[in-house]
Amino acid sequence: MPKDHGIGAAPKRREDVRFLTGAGNYTDDINVRGQAYVYFLRSDVAHGRINGIDTGAAAAMPGVVRIFTGADFEGVGGMPCGWQVTDRHGEVMQEPAHPILAQGKVRHVGDPIAAIVADTLEQARDAAEAIEVDMEELPAVIDMKAALADGSTKVHDDLTSNLCYDWGFVEENRDAVDQAIKDAAHVTTLELVNNRLVANPMEPRVAVGDYNRGTDDSTLYTTSQNPHVIRLLMGAFVLGIPEHKLRVVAPDVGGGFGTKIFHYAEEAFCTFAAKACNRPVKWTASRTEAFMSDAHGRDHVTKIELALDADNNFTAVRTETHANMGAYLSTFAPSVPTWLHGTLMAGNYRTPLIYVNVKAVFTNTVPVDAYRGAGRPEATFQLERVIDKAARELGVDPIALRRQNFIQPDQFPYATPVAVEYDTGDYDATMNKLEEIADLSGFAARRAASEAKGKWRGLGVNCYIEACGIAPSNLVGQLGARAGLYESATVRVNATGGLVVMTGSHSHGQGHETTFPQVIAEMIGIDESMVEIVHGDTANTPMGMGTYGSRSIAVGGSAMVRAAEKIINKTKKIAAHLLEASEADIELKDGNFTVAGTDKSVDWGSVCLAAYVPHNYPLEDIEPGLEETAFYDPANFTYPAGAYSCEVEVDPETGKVTIERFAAADDFGNVINPMIVEGQVHGGLAQGIGQALLENCAYDETGQLLSASYMDYAMPRADDLPFYSVDHSCQTPCTHNPLGVKGCGEAGAIGSPPAVVNAVIDALHSGGKTGVLHIDMPLSPDRVWAAMQ
Amino acid sequence: MPNVSMTVNGKAASGEVEGRTLLVGFLRDQLGLTGTHVGCDTSQCGACVVHVDGKAVKACTMLAAEADGADVKTIEGMAAPDGTLSTIQQAFQDHHGLQCGFCTPGMVMSAAALLAENASPSEQEIREYLEGNICRCTGYHNIVKAIMAAAGHDVSAIAAE
Repeated sequence: MPKDHGIGAAPKRREDVRFLTGAGNYTDDINVRGQAYVYFLRSDVAHGRINGIDTGAAAAMPGVVRIFTGADFEGVGGMPCGWQVTDRHGEVMQEPAHPILAQGKVRHVGDPIAAIVADTLEQARDAAEAIEVDMEELPAVIDMKAALADGSTKVHDDLTSNLCYDWGFVEENRDAVDQAIKDAAHVTTLELVNNRLVANPMEPRVAVGDYNRGTDDSTLYTTSQNPHVIRLLMGAFVLGIPEHKLRVVAPDVGGGFGTKIFHYAEEAFCTFAAKACNRPVKWTASRTEAFMSDAHGRDHVTKIELALDADNNFTAVRTETHANMGAYLSTFAPSVPTWLHGTLMAGNYRTPLIYVNVKAVFTNTVPVDAYRGAGRPEATFQLERVIDKAARELGVDPIALRRQNFIQPDQFPYATPVAVEYDTGDYDATMNKLEEIADLSGFAARRAASEAKGKWRGLGVNCYIEACGIAPSNLVGQLGARAGLYESATVRVNATGGLVVMTGSHSHGQGHETTFPQVIAEMIGIDESMVEIVHGDTANTPMGMGTYGSRSIAVGGSAMVRAAEKIINKTKKIAAHLLEASEADIELKDGNFTVAGTDKSVDWGSVCLAAYVPHNYPLEDIEPGLEETAFYDPANFTYPAGAYSCEVEVDPETGKVTIERFAAADDFGNVINPMIVEGQVHGGLAQGIGQALLENCAYDETGQLLSASYMDYAMPRADDLPFYSVDHSCQTPCTHNPLGVKGCGEAGAIGSPPAVVNAVIDALHSGGKTGVLHIDMPLSPDRVWAAMQ
Repeated sequence: MPNVSMTVNGKAASGEVEGRTLLVGFLRDQLGLTGTHVGCDTSQCGACVVHVDGKAVKACTMLAAEADGADVKTIEGMAAPDGTLSTIQQAFQDHHGLQCGFCTPGMVMSAAALLAENASPSEQEIREYLEGNICRCTGYHNIVKAIMAAAGHDVSAIAAE
């Protein structure tokens, strides 16, 4: 019988009612009295030198308040980067300046040149057309390998080259890996592209800056996954506003997927301009603006080699990746191809020797940063594709080859050769579950049915593992992070027993307002309706790091548990006093404190009231009131893992691929709300399938962004996708957080692209139909058809 | 500037608009009905779908002046006056058909229009009808399931929640 409340139950989401009735409060719904609007004049060339900007005519146009250019920001800090990578030679990465508005040069299409503040958006836009920019167009650097060639045009004149860093991991393993590959019985090599994507949350980014002249306080309303991070970065590193004079509010946020982690120039601009103009300033991105200013994702070009011995045991993996940084370093960009990617190259396997080389490259394109999965999809894709290719070359079953090389349940905790220690897992269990839910034994019959109607059917299977619950602060500090990655929670119990959890986590679709109360309700034994969740406002939440990297329940939830434990400890002391018993004998169950072995009890509400009306209260021992804060810093990452399968039909006449079946068997450890977990997997799957079949952020050789609207960037739609079969019943709880949870937000996007590509290759290659062993994503009809010819 | 008058969610509404003002701008900025969202600028995403004289319309594709005299219904007008959700709204909550909520108003308005045209659409008909509504969170699984449930289909056999 499923539970009807608490951990493991699936109550309906409480946030849904406001979203379903138009009562949500998204940033663009916020209007501050007297606000002006800003329109950014953006570069339409990929690379150019600004020889002059004439704003005279524009400034005289109706409604224009003020026009800003790079010159207005010369005394202001640039956009900061939050992670410093050290390269394989011990040198720190090259880190270019990133001004709020272009200074001297533009470096990608969309780079902001000027900002027009006016009474209305239309007036600002009209005035932008009257600005004269004397732009000297320069050759654009788009291809990463060309960018590294001697004599290439440099994106940043003051850097030595377009190489941000040349990272080796684990550098000490390099020679041993080279030797293992030389000694191997078989080496499978695959060169592949992990295509550039745009996260595309349906809510475009918005920023509203407000300044209070009376108190000298600034407020920024913004579409962010982590308002405290924005406050710290913008206040301390860009604008020089002390944190106690700066409030950042991220209200209802319409999806993030990573791209709303980062601190963006428009946020700093609106905050700065509100003070400079003494008026609130609002910016709302158009979708085309989002395409050319939101940080992009992925964009890796990789060569991977997998070495096997004569018994098909994996003996070594060697990779060489070029990772596109774009024109500037976005907030966490350097960490994605390195520590979030190289550390996952062991996958679910016992491969003893691994070497990962990553060259990060500047190009005249929009900056690239974390997008759902961030480094882990790139690792999973190359590893699971090369294993599939190896199985095909060796003529062995791809599932059997994986099973043979799995880390075994009795090997946990398992230290990989790429510096992480998996705490728990059971990879055969998830593969067994996958075989069951996907009905893999029925595939041959389904293939025959497809062939009977002239379609080629393929089956793709793969595994994945990810490192979530980001992250132990002392570890990431050693790896170059310029931030801590703990999470915080304050639990404030009111006098009548209801309580508020103020969390540093941020919900932008994940349903924290529903799941977090489930945990508190379970711990105290009260109804979930007595628990309110507050998030997204630096003024009323403790300093927290926000939501990304599947960290909310694993890190933010753990902080909440720790704070609630402090509350429970204190209420037990109060209950012991009221019941004239020893604290050690007090038990809390179903919202009642009882003295063990007796019928003496006092309820939760009475104890809470006593804390605020302390007439009969141990004031000599404890303070009145019930409010506790905890900061939780994880001891390790968490390691969700699973096995996915995809069945496709390929139309041999057109190359069109359709997803016929998709199954996902995940191990997320303990699950708080299965309905929400499954929804997270569904969404991740759609994004991964979108990457594999549809989505591609394309530039031409001059740096023009060809896919800057939904007319050109193929977002997955309802009729591109099937019903999915998902399962999370294989659960090996995390051993180092109090809830035993691992996190589920990114799994679908990490695990699904290789399943799709493996399935298409299976359709094309099996039975000797073609010799195609690889096609780069997206597997659009033209690419598949061309490969078949 | 022209003056427009229309009925919105059963109430008379009017205001002065620029000739270029879109219906969605009139609803959001002048009437304060911020439930209708703008997710793109090419009439692709469907976050702004409202009903105009009973037909689903992308409010970013219609000038406010074109809606002069029309009967407009937005997401704010879908629930009963006492707050009881409509069948389609309730189905979205029951089947977890929304996550961030940004596409949701347009999805609900499109789904309601579909069910008005076709009381018992098949899965494939639902998926095809939603061609003009993009959701980035749900992978559509639970949206399609919710609409099927609202249409009275038995969805218990559809995999997962």
